[in-house]
Amino acid sequence: MSQPSQQYRRPPWVLLLPAVIGIAYLFLPLVGLLVRAPWSTLGQRLTEPGALTALRLSVITASITTAACLVLGVPVAFVLARTRFPGQRLVRALVTLPLVLPPVVGGVALFTAFGRRGVIGMWLDRWFGIQLPFTTTAVVMAQTFVALPFLVIAVEGALRGADTRFEEAAATLGASRWTAFRRITLPLVAPGVAAGSVLCWARALGEFGATITFAGNLPGTTQTMPIQVYLTLQNDPDGAILLSLILVTVCIIVLVSLRGRWIGTG
Amino acid sequence: MWTKRTVGIAVVAIGAAIALAGCGSSSDAASTPSASGNVTGTITVLAAASLTGTFNQLGQMFQTAHPGTTVKFSYAGSDTLAAQITQGVPADVFAAASPATMKTVTNAGDANGTPQNFVKNQLVIAVPPGNPKKITSLKDLTDPKLKAVLCAPTVPCGSAATKAEQAAGLTVKPVSEAQDVKSALTPVELGEADAALVYRTDAKAAAGKVDAVEFPESAGAINEYPIVALKNAPNASGAQAWVTYVESPEALAVLTAAGFQAP
Repeated sequence: MSQPSQQYRRPPWVLLLPAVIGIAYLFLPLVGLLVRAPWSTLGQRLTEPGALTALRLSVITASITTAACLVLGVPVAFVLARTRFPGQRLVRALVTLPLVLPPVVGGVALFTAFGRRGVIGMWLDRWFGIQLPFTTTAVVMAQTFVALPFLVIAVEGALRGADTRFEEAAATLGASRWTAFRRITLPLVAPGVAAGSVLCWARALGEFGATITFAGNLPGTTQTMPIQVYLTLQNDPDGAILLSLILVTVCIIVLVSLRGRWIGTG
Repeated sequence: MWTKRTVGIAVVAIGAAIALAGCGSSSDAASTPSASGNVTGTITVLAAASLTGTFNQLGQMFQTAHPGTTVKFSYAGSDTLAAQITQGVPADVFAAASPATMKTVTNAGDANGTPQNFVKNQLVIAVPPGNPKKITSLKDLTDPKLKAVLCAPTVPCGSAATKAEQAAGLTVKPVSEAQDVKSALTPVELGEADAALVYRTDAKAAAGKVDAVEFPESAGAINEYPIVALKNAPNASGAQAWVTYVESPEALAVLTAAGFQAP
């Protein structure tokens, strides 16, 4: 199967030049890190227990976060894209709020909601003795808070672009709304869900501000890789560069391997 | 999305940024030929975050005493500032919260002269107002039911905390290691942590939101604050004037009122 040749024509110069500059702009800082990294200490860094513990915690919490975002975010996107209700514009704006909120402020906001003096956290503590701040659960909560909008926006966009006639046909043939969603809508928007999950995972993996505020920083429990990078930067900038590259490498490996499988354009 | 209006705003913003940058360089240029006794122009001071309140106050007083000068501050963690200096940030003075961070700058050959310690700072236990958990000593923080926040050992307040623990012969197991002293204070202010080891000045600056509990072992973990003029200072005479002013008795009075100690 050969693609029609028109699809791969050279883009106009007006687009090509900024595209090249844009790619270079994103790429050069990474090159800088690669050049400056003290490669001779790579083995030593990787065998340091702290680095691997932090990396494992980051990967695990980012994955749980992505799962949580899928469970919560796809329904949110569906409600926003396929229903009409009063105040919908406001709800949509609020859903994207964590994108503009400085993450540290997000962390403080989580305290005011789920801390032991928070509007909900107070009752969790009083009734069940549950205190969420400074726990691994708090890491996942902080990451979910900042990563959820990425998934919602991606899936909502996909839902708006999807052809609703298939769902209507399914309904005509007697499928329930849930069946139509599961068998027709979800497969239709699968690429959007996959892209949103990838963004969501990457955002969660790099999360720093909300996490260090709400979950704190304790090796093994809440010290994720970005927090360790920041603290290493304080007295060992070269070490921080190497740790960042490890984080970037893990992220690239995961994203590239998933891209081919899920999105089908790799 | 890019309406004419937003483009217009962007153009104005960029224009303003260029104009401001132009102002900055022209005033620097004007200040260079001035004699040491006659200080003018902009003086850029990089200072440790814990100096924020006092240096803002000293800046106002300095500007009143030296008409025609503007003191601009950039506050951050001493380590961050030291890194900026070695990367060539154009600034006149560096005031650090620890000799170790100052050493980064002097080792790189970026200091003009020898740094002088101008104040000392000491740790206290910050607790929520009224001290609900009745904390009276460092030993109380070892209670596993108590939520204590320390600074991470890599930052100055964290290394001071470690020294205090060693002096007391005990180990505090924190629920979190903060990345700087202000972040250690935040959970206590919000009532999410029961105690934090912070500088006396930080506890004093947050008076009303936290109470400070003094403990004897903090004497074994005193932090010294060095100040130095920078070698590539755009305003060399201004730099020297600021350093001299910070070391003056008048400035020391402001600093001690905020909880610092004389060097």
